[in-house]
Amino acid sequence: METKVAAVSMKNVTKTFGSVVANEKVDLDIYKGEILALLGENGSGKTTLMNMLAGIYYPDEGQIFINGKEEVIKTPKDALNLGIGMVHQHFKLIDVLTATENIILGLEGKLNIKEASKKIEDICNKYGFEVDPKQKIYDMSVSQKQTVEIVKVLYRGADILILDEPTAVLTPQETEKLFRVLRKMRDDGKAIIIITHKMHEVESLSDRVAVLRDGRYIGSMTTKDTTVTEMTNMMVGHAVTLNIDRPDPVNPKPRIVVKDLSVRSEDGIQKLKNVSFTARSGEILGIAGISGCGQKELLEAIAGLQPVETGTIEYVEDNGHEEPLLGKDPLKIAEMGVSLSFVPEDRLGMGLVANMDLADNMMLRSFRKGRTPFTNRRPSKKLAESVVKELEVVTPGISTPVRRLSGGNVQKVLVGREIASAPTVLLTAYAVRGLDINSSYTIYDLLNEQKKKGVAVIFVGEDLDVMVELCDKIMVLCGGEVSGIVDARKTDKNEVGLMMTRVGGDEIHE
Amino acid sequence: MWNFLLAFIPRAIVQGVPLLYGSTGEIITQKSGNLNLGIPGVMYVGAISGVIGSFLYENSTANLNPMLAILIPMLCCLLGSLLMGLLYCFLTVTLRANQNVTGLAMTTFGVGFGNFFGGSLIKLVDSDVPSIALSATSSYFSKSLPFASKLGWFGKLFLSYGFLAYLAVAIALAASYFLNHTRKGLHLRAVGENPNTADAVGINVSRYKYVATCVGCMIAGLGGLYYVMDYACGVWSNDAFGDRGWLAIALVIFTIWRPNLSILASFLFGGLYIIYLYIPTGMDHMEYQELYKMIPYVVTLVVLVVTSVRSKRENQPPESLGVPYFREER
Amino acid sequence: MNKKEPFFHIVKRDALPWYQSVGVRAIAIVLALVLCGILTTITTGIDPIEVYKSIFAGAFGTERKTWITLQNLSILLLIALALTPAFKMKFWNIGGEGQVLIGGLAAGACMICLGDKLPNPVLIPVMVLASIAAGAFWGFIPAFFKAKWNTNETLSTLMMNYIATQLVAFYTIVWEVPKGSGKIGIINQNSNAGWLPQIFGSKYLLSIVVAVVVTLLMYIYLNYSKHGYEISVVGESENTAKYVGIKVEKVIVRTMILSGAICGLAGLLLVGGINHTITTTLAGGQGFTGVLVSWMAKFNPLTMVFSSFLIIFMDRGAGEISTAFGLNHSYADILTGIILFFIIGCEFFISYKLQFRKKAEKEVQ
Repeated sequence: METKVAAVSMKNVTKTFGSVVANEKVDLDIYKGEILALLGENGSGKTTLMNMLAGIYYPDEGQIFINGKEEVIKTPKDALNLGIGMVHQHFKLIDVLTATENIILGLEGKLNIKEASKKIEDICNKYGFEVDPKQKIYDMSVSQKQTVEIVKVLYRGADILILDEPTAVLTPQETEKLFRVLRKMRDDGKAIIIITHKMHEVESLSDRVAVLRDGRYIGSMTTKDTTVTEMTNMMVGHAVTLNIDRPDPVNPKPRIVVKDLSVRSEDGIQKLKNVSFTARSGEILGIAGISGCGQKELLEAIAGLQPVETGTIEYVEDNGHEEPLLGKDPLKIAEMGVSLSFVPEDRLGMGLVANMDLADNMMLRSFRKGRTPFTNRRPSKKLAESVVKELEVVTPGISTPVRRLSGGNVQKVLVGREIASAPTVLLTAYAVRGLDINSSYTIYDLLNEQKKKGVAVIFVGEDLDVMVELCDKIMVLCGGEVSGIVDARKTDKNEVGLMMTRVGGDEIHE
Repeated sequence: MWNFLLAFIPRAIVQGVPLLYGSTGEIITQKSGNLNLGIPGVMYVGAISGVIGSFLYENSTANLNPMLAILIPMLCCLLGSLLMGLLYCFLTVTLRANQNVTGLAMTTFGVGFGNFFGGSLIKLVDSDVPSIALSATSSYFSKSLPFASKLGWFGKLFLSYGFLAYLAVAIALAASYFLNHTRKGLHLRAVGENPNTADAVGINVSRYKYVATCVGCMIAGLGGLYYVMDYACGVWSNDAFGDRGWLAIALVIFTIWRPNLSILASFLFGGLYIIYLYIPTGMDHMEYQELYKMIPYVVTLVVLVVTSVRSKRENQPPESLGVPYFREER
Repeated sequence: MNKKEPFFHIVKRDALPWYQSVGVRAIAIVLALVLCGILTTITTGIDPIEVYKSIFAGAFGTERKTWITLQNLSILLLIALALTPAFKMKFWNIGGEGQVLIGGLAAGACMICLGDKLPNPVLIPVMVLASIAAGAFWGFIPAFFKAKWNTNETLSTLMMNYIATQLVAFYTIVWEVPKGSGKIGIINQNSNAGWLPQIFGSKYLLSIVVAVVVTLLMYIYLNYSKHGYEISVVGESENTAKYVGIKVEKVIVRTMILSGAICGLAGLLLVGGINHTITTTLAGGQGFTGVLVSWMAKFNPLTMVFSSFLIIFMDRGAGEISTAFGLNHSYADILTGIILFFIIGCEFFISYKLQFRKKAEKEVQ
């Protein structure tokens, strides 16, 4: 390896945001004809580091060498000129433009859509992608959008390719397809960097692994000479138990009964079709599925935020009395004890107000209390203080706007507030998305605690390994339909993964 | 009826031309994601700059050279509006200031600037009426095609305007072509929709915003110039330009960001603007004229509401409109 | 090798301590004043010290001038306060102009049509109610469109301004005195019916008192009331608002009614208390200036006292200069514009800082 010239060599690279150090003195080499997996907990600075390579951020200190020559990458254009292409986690596509227009965006020369479409089709044929050059992005599914992103990079003839968590939104089958393409490109002599959390992907795809922790470079090794345990240890710094607690449900009783629920989005697309299930107290019901399969609509329908086409949702009280939830507004439903801790990709967009401080965010649920027209800030300040203390939220104080906190801490604040209202139903979506391992476990513990208190927990998740270990039951959604409900203790992720891609699995009849 | 149309349409068109300039300029600006509420001010500055240029030229020589008489006011107008555009860009793009506030401040400043220098010039010539007439220059601007008068109704409807009117249509068509059929146009749309994405593929967001906004301002400025030199026959009087700048901004939405549609819409608005003159009120009830003057605004409001009721993806404003771009935002 | 490296780049900074951010703004204002002084010296030829003296004299030269300055200040402040809750909700209400006009028109209508029918103690409350209701209605219309169909409020409020202007123009001719003059003239000059009362023997104090009271109430409303909290949540994130069960449409409509109502109140003061007549230029562009005042104060009602003072001070000062040196009154707009540009620009230095690149240490070969 010493004889090869590194395609990319980063030396002493440092980047800070305000007082937060994202990367500190990182050294990293990437060679041609290899796939490098960049590993690290969330907040370890992987994406920031790669963004500096792609010209999105500019390093405060340090040097970057491309093919042995020091280069300055000030803008994404500089990066592209050096053959560096990045597929971002959040797609950088323009909704109202077509696939072709997006793919040729930023290139020079006379505009010739026809010629470009031809070239795109050639690339698609070569690798087996399916892209309709004339389709508008807003009409596309997530995996179609990703395909456009990758074709975009290939179209530009990039030979250094960065993929930021590309499989997060794909089915196992789509993932395998993607990996085949990536291997092909590696064999073409391209340098490929893939950021991921999923260990089995690291093992099956990469040639070499590099690990970051707290913004620092920890080390790198050849994939076949290492183990998952070793990699995990390097990532977190100390050994963590991979086992997630799963207490047995105590005296489960039906709490939320959903029957034949169908939902259409505003533009008339069927989002849910005849969904029926029961969530029980003291149980964690996992909902698995490729993202965008109706999970969001399902939770929002229960919380009263989503208009429903047909079907019923009943809330069952302890004494067996059934109370319909449909037709009630979110406020009423929340008062009944249904608490939605919803974490879409942008967690600050819904559950919290980014520019308000912790205390004022705590007040979101409770500000109506009291008879006067005035708000009472004292209880929310107390609550903020206790959430900070109990959940170990890292923050300068309770008067810090939540947008300054890191993802994990924001999540703790949100979940902390939702739990504080002593719910009987807790709805969580992607509760650990973007969180590092330690924060994730804190959240799992919190959910288990709620479960023990007899709360019916609905956990929409994406990491099947976690779901199989954490949940009691798993309902799998596919294209808005239930493809099966399985006992999590008796299933494995392959079964669930398969169900995610087709309707009709074995349902547990109770 | 025919005679009425023959009289009405040309007047509607000359009313519409300043609006067309303004809306074309604002469309290009908005496509870059900049909502420039300073357009009314820019149009005032464009107009007064042209007036100053032509005033100085008219007073410096006895024999006007037709070329120079047109070029000097035009260049002055373009320069004045360009400076306004640069000011707007410096504040909103480089310094990332709030676009609404900057625009309103520009309008305050621009209208004040126009009226101040207009007022000063009026004082300078010691005129009896509160206006300043540049009829010599104006005659060059409003010169219609030589054979227009020989072609009867056709000539009157299509050929009886000064060259700036045709230029307005040409610019609108060119802008439409530019936005939809050129690579730079594609890039510009990308910047307005999603600057992050545009940036990621190597488009220089700031440069596009600067150029689009400045060019937009220059086009809008010509609208002011047309108003004084052609429509008003070279007569500047304070506040005469009125609210046309705001109407131009409203037209941008009316035409769902399409300069080619703006040609027809501007003329339609031009017609609405003067329609009160054609609705008989009788001598005793002049007050109803004031109510009829409301028509363009009511129509705009109705159109605004109607387009928002039937929202279609392609007809929405550029997605990042009004939002300053900062690459390292986190 | 590093020639292409940028010399500095821009980073967002953490919140600046309050004294520093005040300092940055103060520097901007001083720089703007210096530039205004230089410009005035160039256009008029008087020496800069005289310029500042004239500005000051224009605002505070005599007792009467001081009172007028304060009165103008209170009207502008009132309009800015009216617009503020809407802005906090990110509802760009630039229709203050129209809301003031229509409030004034309602007050004027009461004075003209009921002036000889009702005694003042009845007439004045009717006027107050009418102008507040009219302003509120004018605020309600665009809010309704926004809530119902998400109609762009910047443009709809703008159009409402012109509709109000034409309505006033219409009634100006209907009620013109004498016929054919195109003006209404002083209403009820002899009977003084519907003229708002003087308090403590001063005709200026009423507006000032109203402005002070509204400032305090608005401060409390925005910061300590449930409504105020809802406004902030809606302004920051509509999704969050819906999620916690705040009815966004209701908040939008309610807030705009409040906004319009206070504008209507300003119209009442202008017609019933100050001008005693109506013209289409009643609001005099203050609906727009109010936007800037409110924004400069970062939507804080107390700070707005200072920002509106700054604008009025410059306006009165520039007015004095233009009268004294035979300039056109639009000179004030130019000076105001310059100050605004500086204040708008200086925000950058409060939110961002320039970071100079530290030299990377060369590797030892």
